[in-house]
Amino acid sequence: MRLALFIPCYVDTLFPQAGRATVAVLERLGHELTFPEEQTCCGQMHVNTGYQREAIPLVRNFVRAFGAYDQVVAPSASCVGEVREIYPRLARLSRDPELVADVDALVPRVHELTSFLVDTLGVEDVGAYFPHRVTFHPTCHSQRVLRIGDRPQRLLRRVRGIDLVPLPNAEECCGFGGTFSVKNADTSSAMLSSKVASVLQSGAEVCAAADNSCLMHIGGALHRQRTGVRTLHVAEILASTETHPWRAP
Amino acid sequence: MSGGTPRARPFSKAAREALQDTQLRRNLARATSTIREKRLRATEELPDWQELREAGRAIKAHTLAHLDHYLMRLEQNVVARGGQIHWARDAAEANAIVQALVSETGVREAIKVKSITTDEIGLNDALAAIGVHAIETDLAELIVQLAHEPSSHILVPAIHKNRAEIRALFLEAMGIAPSELSDEPAELAAAARRFLRAKFLEARVGISGANFAVAETGAVCVVESEGNGRMCTTLPDTLITVMGIEKVVPDWRAMEVFLQLLPRSSTAERMNPYTSFWSGVRPGDGPQAFHLVLLDNGRSEVLAHRERRQTLHCIRCSACLNVCPVYARVGGHAYGSHYPGPIGAILSPQLLDSPEADTLPFASTLCGACYDVCPVKIDIPSVLLDLRLRSVERRRARRGRLAALDTEDGAMRLAAAVFAEPRRYQWAQRGARLAQAPFVRDGYLERLPGYLAGWTRTRDVPAVPAQTFREWWRERRGSGGSQR
Repeated sequence: MRLALFIPCYVDTLFPQAGRATVAVLERLGHELTFPEEQTCCGQMHVNTGYQREAIPLVRNFVRAFGAYDQVVAPSASCVGEVREIYPRLARLSRDPELVADVDALVPRVHELTSFLVDTLGVEDVGAYFPHRVTFHPTCHSQRVLRIGDRPQRLLRRVRGIDLVPLPNAEECCGFGGTFSVKNADTSSAMLSSKVASVLQSGAEVCAAADNSCLMHIGGALHRQRTGVRTLHVAEILASTETHPWRAP
Repeated sequence: MSGGTPRARPFSKAAREALQDTQLRRNLARATSTIREKRLRATEELPDWQELREAGRAIKAHTLAHLDHYLMRLEQNVVARGGQIHWARDAAEANAIVQALVSETGVREAIKVKSITTDEIGLNDALAAIGVHAIETDLAELIVQLAHEPSSHILVPAIHKNRAEIRALFLEAMGIAPSELSDEPAELAAAARRFLRAKFLEARVGISGANFAVAETGAVCVVESEGNGRMCTTLPDTLITVMGIEKVVPDWRAMEVFLQLLPRSSTAERMNPYTSFWSGVRPGDGPQAFHLVLLDNGRSEVLAHRERRQTLHCIRCSACLNVCPVYARVGGHAYGSHYPGPIGAILSPQLLDSPEADTLPFASTLCGACYDVCPVKIDIPSVLLDLRLRSVERRRARRGRLAALDTEDGAMRLAAAVFAEPRRYQWAQRGARLAQAPFVRDGYLERLPGYLAGWTRTRDVPAVPAQTFREWWRERRGSGGSQR
């Protein structure tokens, strides 16, 4: 199986530790990975802001980067959702039959990390150890676009030492929404204040999710308010072991 | 309108103002969370809820695909049963038709069933212009009418008002002494009942909207909770109904589906309390003149578009408002339209066609909660995306050569050019790391410039670290190591 890593632009640039953790987990499970360096950005920001035509070259670039691989895995439900749900529409918007065919062939092979682990690899216990109190935020796109359900929690529950605590109103959006967070910054902040209150109410020291984008939003407020609560991608928890435990940077 | 016209403003401005209203925030949080939980219980108890949703969607899609046929059939059957049909291309035509019909009767007052369609066309103002006072008889609609405000929720128009505010309105409008009315909900309802009963008994003209109209027999349907609607459709001599053309359904079998979907989605009830059907007129029983005004007002345009036409499936249940985290914080008035919330964010820009309404498709995080609850499966996030594309293109067209100066437009074009070419993307990563250096504090940035400034008003943002993922990957591959 030729397995490629899709590390979304903001993970590559701002959260490389989530990418490294993804590599660590998959290699520990015995898989060989490739990181096609032609990859850049999936174009979600453009699409969600109304610049869908500008995103078409990015679809082409994605197909160039990943078309040759059997499976593609990414630590981001949101970007995988973009590829799986929106790319077919963008390809059709381009009116390029070749792009439509390429996208239709590639899209089913692109997977979000936790679904890939649980469904494709059939693993729930990845041999992780993480002795901290964690609450899990099910991001909107992971739930209502990709519908990965409780796959992240199934993986987290098998982590040794973890104290997984419930998040009140977990399914409510944190208010990120890409450029919504700047175009409607006030409404976004009002939504975020509720999410932060829920995280604090949970009593967790770590808020985890399958998307660094939402975590950047939640974490941005947790840090601004000096709450002492941090955010981590699920992959970072799964990468932590007794021999190489996670350490605060 | 029901007492006020929504103000056309860009959503972000209107929302910012609404967020300051502490009373509104509390009312909305409490009301929407209560109804959200109730709706969930009312839909979960049905084993075939998903099949019902699919049936609702399929019936609507079929009807819209053959709308001309079903509308003609409806006309035929309404006329055969003694009713009259009027076709209105837009709000002005519809208002003129109703004005003429009301003028003929010579009345100075008309009673109204809660109807968003008549709000949409501004019928109350049009009637006021010819000296006719339209009295809203739905309790919440009456409250917002007395307050001279537009409705802020499809189902609960006065969701933004508390009982003290309602008491004050009633004291003034109904001439009640302060000592005779408390702010107990039961007392407030009783006061409204006394006030409205007198109106019902005097009224000779009733005006309604319609939830459905059954093409096969010409029966028109109003779904309501108080019974006041039925007073309006049965007591007066003349009944005038204004209905959007998308409300027609083919047959009675369709009603089996919608009368399950609608109450469970809107009020979380298993069965709707007052469901009125009437077909034409019947001598000696109910209104002796019935007029059905079929309103287009932009709907044919919506119908013409493949992706957006599903907007017309809406049965106005308001479930999407109640689950929307944006609506729950800003309320209905921020949407500047009689159709607020997620459905308003896709319907209003299509009906209103204005730069202000074009900001509404951006009033969403695309969280998808609305799509999941929609009883007729309107894929609201997809329509939002489509309308965002339209909005960007219209903004470009409006600005002409000045479009190049638009910050967002410029930034998006630049970003697309950078992302389309891996080398440029890596230069941008390095450039960002250099540019941020003087501003980084403990690995975070606390202020961002320009377009991004809104982010750092309430949130920090992590700085670009010393090594990106791809730099790490390259280094690791170079050294052949496998350390994390």
